[in-house]
Amino acid sequence: MIPLSHYLILAAILFAISVVGIFLNRKNLIVLLMAIELMLMAVNLNFVAFSHYLNDLSGQIFVFFILVVAAAESAIGLAILVVMFRNLSSIHVDDLDNLKG
Amino acid sequence: MLNNFVMPDLYPAAPEIFLLLMSFVVLFADLFLGATQRRLAGRLTLLTLIGCAFITVYTDDGQSTLTFSNMFIDDLLADFLKLTTYVAVATMLVYGRQYLADRQLDKGEFYLLVLYATLGMMVMISAASLLTLYLGLELMSLSLYALVAIDRDSSRATEAAMKYFVLGALASGLLLYGMSMIYGATGNLEIGSIAQALLQDKADKTVLVFGLVFIVAGIAFKLGAVPFHMWIPDVYHGAPTVVTLFIGSAPKLAAYAMALRLLVYGLFSLAKEWQTMLLIMAVLSIGLGNLAAIAQSNLKRMLAYSAISHMGYMLLGLTAGVAGAEVDPFTVVNAYGSALYYTVAYVLMSLGSFGMILLLSRAGYEAEHLDDFKGLNQRSPWFAAIMLVFMLSMAGIPFFIGFFAKFAVLLAAVKAGHTVVAVVAVLFSLIGAFYYLRVVKLMYFDDPVDASPICAPVNMTFLLSLNGVAVAAFGLFPDAIMTMCTAVLLRSL
Repeated sequence: MIPLSHYLILAAILFAISVVGIFLNRKNLIVLLMAIELMLMAVNLNFVAFSHYLNDLSGQIFVFFILVVAAAESAIGLAILVVMFRNLSSIHVDDLDNLKG
Repeated sequence: MLNNFVMPDLYPAAPEIFLLLMSFVVLFADLFLGATQRRLAGRLTLLTLIGCAFITVYTDDGQSTLTFSNMFIDDLLADFLKLTTYVAVATMLVYGRQYLADRQLDKGEFYLLVLYATLGMMVMISAASLLTLYLGLELMSLSLYALVAIDRDSSRATEAAMKYFVLGALASGLLLYGMSMIYGATGNLEIGSIAQALLQDKADKTVLVFGLVFIVAGIAFKLGAVPFHMWIPDVYHGAPTVVTLFIGSAPKLAAYAMALRLLVYGLFSLAKEWQTMLLIMAVLSIGLGNLAAIAQSNLKRMLAYSAISHMGYMLLGLTAGVAGAEVDPFTVVNAYGSALYYTVAYVLMSLGSFGMILLLSRAGYEAEHLDDFKGLNQRSPWFAAIMLVFMLSMAGIPFFIGFFAKFAVLLAAVKAGHTVVAVVAVLFSLIGAFYYLRVVKLMYFDDPVDASPICAPVNMTFLLSLNGVAVAAFGLFPDAIMTMCTAVLLRSL
């Protein structure tokens, strides 16, 4: 049987990749949305692993809710992206620099 | 398994259920009648909030009731925060009506998003489980992202919405990761059971503290405390002013509730650890907020940095709960009560100062620059006086509510032994007085750039005056709100 720590380390690696992806990504906003999605998936992995090893179902229920919210979040994110493309004709992170100070 | 189903007690959640049902009414009313009766949605929304307030008061029995399998709590603290939230949201709607009408933004979806954001805040305030807390938080945040972008043709607003969305989603991710760790360490999602598990000292301390760091980071993001404050200035600046007013008022109450439910109700056994983290963030927020605000020429941006510093003062109250080795209930209630008092006072002042920007704005023109307040005394002595009250109160000058809120928080910090921090906080509030007083100087000693008379709907000018009078009057009777806050906490903790 795979020990719990393996799952946790994998989730931590995925989480770290997504955080680094959000901060280092200077090009495309869609990649940023993907990084956010990856972050939520890392959390889901954590919850499922804990839920299995604790023999407690509530963690898996939580995962269902996270999946639903993640879908809603992407919908809002893509909607804002579409509006942004209409206004700025670009989806580059570097073009988000009008507000400063 | 189905025969195990027990119908939950819906009574404690009556305000939430009412608000949800009314949101459908607003949706349909706007769909079928919105074209002919443009003000219907706004009026129905106001009515909904008034109805919610009645239900909240009516169903209040002074007890802490858990329902929905211990996932939802209705206690005095929840009722108090919900009532304050209704007041803040209703005030926002009255202040913003003319502004929205001038910019053709007063469509049904604006009011619906406001209602759903309010519902999210109410669920957050009443959360007794990590799951409900997360769902309430997301309902609020997702509605707020859309609200910031509601002015579709403004590139500034869309940029602000994108930044808010990305950083908000990151914050939710951090919070969730922390929650998963806490769940793993304690085996529970219910906040009460988590506290029990921690008391029995069964949980793995390393995993717990690891989770705690992420949870504190998530809370700090939502409050806008340094180093997680990056979104605040840009979002406040870019969003339509009425949305800025909304983001700057009611969500702060919900964020206070979130901090209290997670850290005090759930992770109180780790108070020593999270107090240190919050203390560092409080000092940084007070310092950076006050210093950066001086450099601003845009009033919305200045108020954004001032919001960061105010959240720092609020956090000072949260760090003062556990001082010595013994936990003293009096100190605990006093500390968290002072933070609650600060939040309520800040919401009152924030509503008023953003309301003043809305008052001076016209169709196609935003009065968001400091220069727009030049010579306000010549244009309208009464509103110059009201703005004076808000600015002096925010600066923490005696005999306004802001002074007593700061005083309560600093007193709690000194009692908890953070004397040096309290001195630093006072020094920075002295620096902060500079940029508030600059606004006063512009209003009274400079000539107006634009001397046109101020025209605004009567109900808005009335409510704004009432808001100013309230800030001044609660300063004359400072104990009124503080007693209420401590009494509420005493019966809820």
